[in-house]
Amino acid sequence: MEKIIVCVKGVPEPGSVKVDPETHTLKRESSELILNPPDRCALELAAQIKERHGCRVVIISMGPPNAEKVLKEAYSYGADEMILLSDRAFAGSDTLATSYVLARAIEKLEPFELVLMGEKSIDGETAQVPAETAAILGLPSVRGVFEIKFDGKNWQMLRERGSFVEEVSFSGRAVIAVNSRLSYCRPPSLKKILEAREKEILIWNAQDLNAEEKFLGLSGSPTQVEDVFQKEFKQKGEIIEGEPLILARKLLEILKEKEILK
Amino acid sequence: MIDYGLSEEQKILINLAKSIGEEYIKPYALLWDEKEVYDPTPIKALAQADLFAICIPEEYGGLGWGLFEMCLAVEELSRYCAGISTTYAASFLGAYPILLFGNKKQKEKYLPQIAKGSLCAFALTEPQAGSDAFAIKTTAQKEGDCYVLEGMKHWITNGGIADIYVVIAMTDPAKGPRGASAFIVEKGDPGFSVGKKEKKLGLRSSVTTELFFNNCRIPKERLLGREGMGFVVALKTLDYARCGAGAQAVGIARGAMEIALRHATQRVQFGQPVYHFQAVSHTFAEMAMRIEAARALVYSAARFIDSGAKNITGASSMAKCFATDVAMWVTERAIQMMGGYGYMRDYPVQKFFRDAKCLQIYEGTNEIQRNVISRELLKYYK
Ligand SMILES: Cc1cc2nc3c(=O)[nH]c(=O)nc-3n(C[C@H](O)[C@H](O)[C@H](O)COP(=O)(O)OP(=O)(O)OC[C@H]3O[C@@H](n4cnc5c(N)ncnc54)[C@H](O)[C@@H]3O)c2cc1C
Ligand SMILES: Cc1cc2nc3c(=O)[nH]c(=O)nc-3n(C[C@H](O)[C@H](O)[C@H](O)COP(=O)(O)OP(=O)(O)OC[C@H]3O[C@@H](n4cnc5c(N)ncnc54)[C@H](O)[C@@H]3O)c2cc1C
Repeated sequence: MEKIIVCVKGVPEPGSVKVDPETHTLKRESSELILNPPDRCALELAAQIKERHGCRVVIISMGPPNAEKVLKEAYSYGADEMILLSDRAFAGSDTLATSYVLARAIEKLEPFELVLMGEKSIDGETAQVPAETAAILGLPSVRGVFEIKFDGKNWQMLRERGSFVEEVSFSGRAVIAVNSRLSYCRPPSLKKILEAREKEILIWNAQDLNAEEKFLGLSGSPTQVEDVFQKEFKQKGEIIEGEPLILARKLLEILKEKEILK
Repeated sequence: MIDYGLSEEQKILINLAKSIGEEYIKPYALLWDEKEVYDPTPIKALAQADLFAICIPEEYGGLGWGLFEMCLAVEELSRYCAGISTTYAASFLGAYPILLFGNKKQKEKYLPQIAKGSLCAFALTEPQAGSDAFAIKTTAQKEGDCYVLEGMKHWITNGGIADIYVVIAMTDPAKGPRGASAFIVEKGDPGFSVGKKEKKLGLRSSVTTELFFNNCRIPKERLLGREGMGFVVALKTLDYARCGAGAQAVGIARGAMEIALRHATQRVQFGQPVYHFQAVSHTFAEMAMRIEAARALVYSAARFIDSGAKNITGASSMAKCFATDVAMWVTERAIQMMGGYGYMRDYPVQKFFRDAKCLQIYEGTNEIQRNVISRELLKYYK
């Protein structure tokens, strides 16, 4: 086996994001980027495949230059190469424009056997990038996968589908969105952390990818975000006191009042 | 509180051990203790994080670091669960004989495996031979290309879960202590079996068992060093390992103090946090002083050993004895400062207290350490 590609995203540290009320955009500069937590599951399955079949794991991320820290963290879970897709022209990408850039980079990385992604990002949270990237590449996509086996010819995967588990078997290549609830994800490796400090990150811009401008950034993004706002919690908890029986009656009243119980 | 001038690599190591403690140990430590079960998951995580590779030379797939770094990792892990750090540190106890006395072939065979996380065990103690280790009865008879082991060991950490066992047995009982030899026994060797798992006061997430050798036939290449060197191997190994026990003690003491401190600054009685009562805050001041002193002693003993010093017995005995006594004292005081909350099994401090107790016993009781230190003292001042 040659190569597994893992796509990882740098996301703002939860709780650190502020929305600009004028422009409706995120004030990203104030927040540190961290590795999108579900992407750790993709890295885990990639590391398992590497252990069994001895392939190389290449991680790619589209993002600003400060995503380098995220790539190095991802690398420490057992990857072999890091590529940052970074260009001013990529700014303002929606899922389609993001997927276009990822697809161009993946094509440039031929030959490869599998592309792994997280199930969704914790900031954009659309969960569209894996399927859109697959569509642009003309590959099938499978989502919710939590176990991957390869017998030399066919892939056997288990994936969660709501309340049941489905076994998927196929030959050839695909884009896989890995289930975010793996029962175990390995910690980073000390050797890899130490190695990552010296390891160079390859940087590819729009030109390196032969990307067409009309598919990039704002011009390549059909999505119009109408409004983004910070959720305000107006309701406060209510504390009722008294004897258990009285409490139970009061609670019942409130629940009926709110039409939660009839 | 004191900055020990740690290198960037050493800080990375501590942070990694800490993140493993937070993710793979802390949420489960009380449960493992309550159920007295060994969970292989945190050990697998430690292996995948390369933490078993720390003091294995680079040529055998390790990081080539020293005892000091091993102590840093053990200390940090012990803040979360000393049972897990016992499994981890006892594996080094089994690895050090190979590291220190193994020949090239033995090192090539075992060290890469150990670096990847195969667990080791060190088997010296027998029912009639505790502090008096020279009283062991397990024998190893040479027969052609083999040694045949006969006898049993008890209270062996990692019994059954380890793949590699270093066993001290008598090859020539007539010679007394000079008639003992050290052997590598592998899980699955014919005639080697694991007996009952002990029920313990503390360190309950670690495994302590009997080992049986009934006509246990192993190739003669499994002899470590030469015949007759058994106790040289054992004592040198313990010189190294005792610093690890000291580091464990520092970690336990820190862990207990940190929990109790948080509690004491939040728990309000008589209208103020109990920490404001001088009897309480001075107790914490005392804990902090003793912990820093223990830590300084453990760190300098480990660095002394790593420097290649020859006479390390006194230093490692002092580090082990002092630090483990501090851990016992601090954990007892931590319970006291938390009152009933410290005594309840919902809170971890009582576990730290039970765990600390064993550290005054294993790897040589603290009475034996004092015997050793007083003997070394006379040599030093002769
Ligand atoms: C508040 C907010 C709302 C948004 N709403 C929309 C919207 O409604 N429609 C829209 O099209 N866009 C939207 N976006 C933009 C969108 O977040 C970005 O286009 C993003 O780069 C990709 O979408 P996602 O984060 O939802 O990824 P998802 O599809 O949720 O991510 C799944 C996986 O794809 C991979 N991946 C995603 N992004 C990257 C990357 N940059 N580099 C490498 N791998 C990656 C990762 O493996 C990730 O786990 C929004 C962004 C924000 C912050
Ligand atoms: C949880 C646990 C894990 C262990 N793991 C291992 C292991 O992995 N491998 C291994 O080989 N062993 C192991 N041991 C055994 C351990 O090393 C012994 O328990 C220890 O050396 C003490 O021996 P003993 O328990 O037989 O006590 P004893 O020797 O019977 O001592 C009883 C008391 O007498 C005191 N005493 C004895 N002799 C003297 C003396 N000369 N001067 C002053 N006081 C003395 C002791 O200090 C102690 O207070 C383990 C023990 C425990 C509890």
